[in-house]
Amino acid sequence: MIEAWRPYTAIVSARFRMLLQYRAAAIAGVWTQIFFGCVLIMIYEAFYRSATAAVQPMTFAQLVTYVWLGQALLALLPWNVDSELRAMIRSGAVAYELCRPVDLYGLWFARAVAQRAAPTLLRALPMAVFAVFVLPWVGLGEWRLAAPASPAAAAGFAAALVATLALGAAMSALINISLMWTIAGDGVVALIVAAVSLLSGLMIPLPLFPDWAQTVLRWLPFASLFDLPFRLYNGQLDAALPVLARQLGWTAALVVLGRWLLARGLRRVVVQGG
Amino acid sequence: MAQIVVEDVVKTFRIAERTPGLWGAVRGLVHRRYRTVRALDGVSFAIERGELVGYIGPNGAGKSTTVKMLSGILVPDAGRCEIDGRVPWRDRIAHVARIGVVFGQRTQLWWDLPAIESFDLLRDIYRVPAERYARRKDELIALLELAPLLDVPVRQLSLGQRARCDLAAALLHAPEVLFLDEPTIGLDAVSKLVVRDFIRRLNRDDGVTVILTTHDMDDIEALCSRVMVIGHGKVLSDGSLTELRARVTRERWLTVDLVDPAAALDEADTTVVRRDGAQVCLAFDPETVAPAELIRRITSRHAVRDLFVENPPIETIVARLYARHGAP
Repeated sequence: MIEAWRPYTAIVSARFRMLLQYRAAAIAGVWTQIFFGCVLIMIYEAFYRSATAAVQPMTFAQLVTYVWLGQALLALLPWNVDSELRAMIRSGAVAYELCRPVDLYGLWFARAVAQRAAPTLLRALPMAVFAVFVLPWVGLGEWRLAAPASPAAAAGFAAALVATLALGAAMSALINISLMWTIAGDGVVALIVAAVSLLSGLMIPLPLFPDWAQTVLRWLPFASLFDLPFRLYNGQLDAALPVLARQLGWTAALVVLGRWLLARGLRRVVVQGG
Repeated sequence: MAQIVVEDVVKTFRIAERTPGLWGAVRGLVHRRYRTVRALDGVSFAIERGELVGYIGPNGAGKSTTVKMLSGILVPDAGRCEIDGRVPWRDRIAHVARIGVVFGQRTQLWWDLPAIESFDLLRDIYRVPAERYARRKDELIALLELAPLLDVPVRQLSLGQRARCDLAAALLHAPEVLFLDEPTIGLDAVSKLVVRDFIRRLNRDDGVTVILTTHDMDDIEALCSRVMVIGHGKVLSDGSLTELRARVTRERWLTVDLVDPAAALDEADTTVVRRDGAQVCLAFDPETVAPAELIRRITSRHAVRDLFVENPPIETIVARLYARHGAP
């Protein structure tokens, strides 16, 4: 059994070790995310102070926690292409990828898992330290990242986060597969980034959207990336199982789509050069 | 039955044509014109286990397309292809576990890491058992003289060093068939010799079947007992080097070093291939004029310092074959 998984775990761990070397990018990312988080919170604070409605869809403390989770875990979102894979497709070295005795989708999914997990690991910890300890220390206690609502919420969030990794990887794999058509991938990435940052709750927490939009958002896969796990964390959602079911359902659907797309891509693949 | 069987394989590519200029680019958004290229147009051959076959042809003749088809990457439009009874693209995983491929000019090694890290990853991807891997790796390191290169990041290796590492990477799982797509391209003389020596040994000692595409005729002369020439997507010639020569031309070349650099030398039944001061190279057909007779005629009329008879270089033979079929 372990033997069957060996190529895939090997590629995850190898890519993971490789990506952990990008420390400068991580430091820059952490600063950007801290800046974005503070700006978002300032804007929402202004809204909450001037609001006339008696009851908001979420408390300010819940909102702040939601925002910091989003900024800290940003790298889990499918927002970029695998630059190594892109270089391989451009140069034609992808031919080597195509003659490995493994399931190619599995191989690329494994790459995508590392692509999502490694940068997240580098960024999430310093972000958490900042949002949990530094903010109260400088007198911004109201802006801090709160603890999970309950032990059950913590457990549910932890499980949902693993599912987010799987879903993010499935989406990243789709983006990477699209390189077989676009070669550069810039257009696809621009579209995806716009969609993901708005529809996952990264920019605006989804509970703040108007009711009609909620219906739409609920039917899209992006809410499963951030919104559902985050609301488990801050206690807005109680039941973890339906969340996990939706996350894994979407993951399965996107894996099927990715496999189909990859099979089509392979049939038309023109290996660049010679 | 032959180990590799290819029958009447056809592969066409559709290439989007771009009209140059801004207007062309705008028009291309709305209406694309496609050109169909027949990369392989009815290619057939059979290769026995343990053969070392050279596969040559001009750029764009279909060499790489063939190699990609044999490695299961490309699916032909028509025709049959089997290796050890398997159809490469249908039983892809079982097939590629038993073949090794080197695409010249492209590396499968991780650029920023030492080659040994790539080797270790390949061990896991090919599921090579630990002790067999250790033995194989040591063997390859010794044969290809890799020991000092293994801990250097691949991007710091010279082209020749990298090519040797790439060869090792393709062989860690001990494949029975090896496809080499221009393995010596861009290498210096020493690296070429190491690579050739290694390929010969691999074929002779381990019985690995090797298909080698190249533009370097020295590779062919040094290694291959059999040469296939491809052009226009068809096999133009298939046989030993001697047979290839015989098929194209009977011609021999006589090179004469004259004492007098100004002396005129035009013999009947010969044509001058080139003249370089006192050195003249004549082409003749040994069926029309016997070499001994020709030499006697020349030495009786001219003061000759040296002379020798040779076959035209293989480059010339191949160039003529292409020309005859309207290359590429």
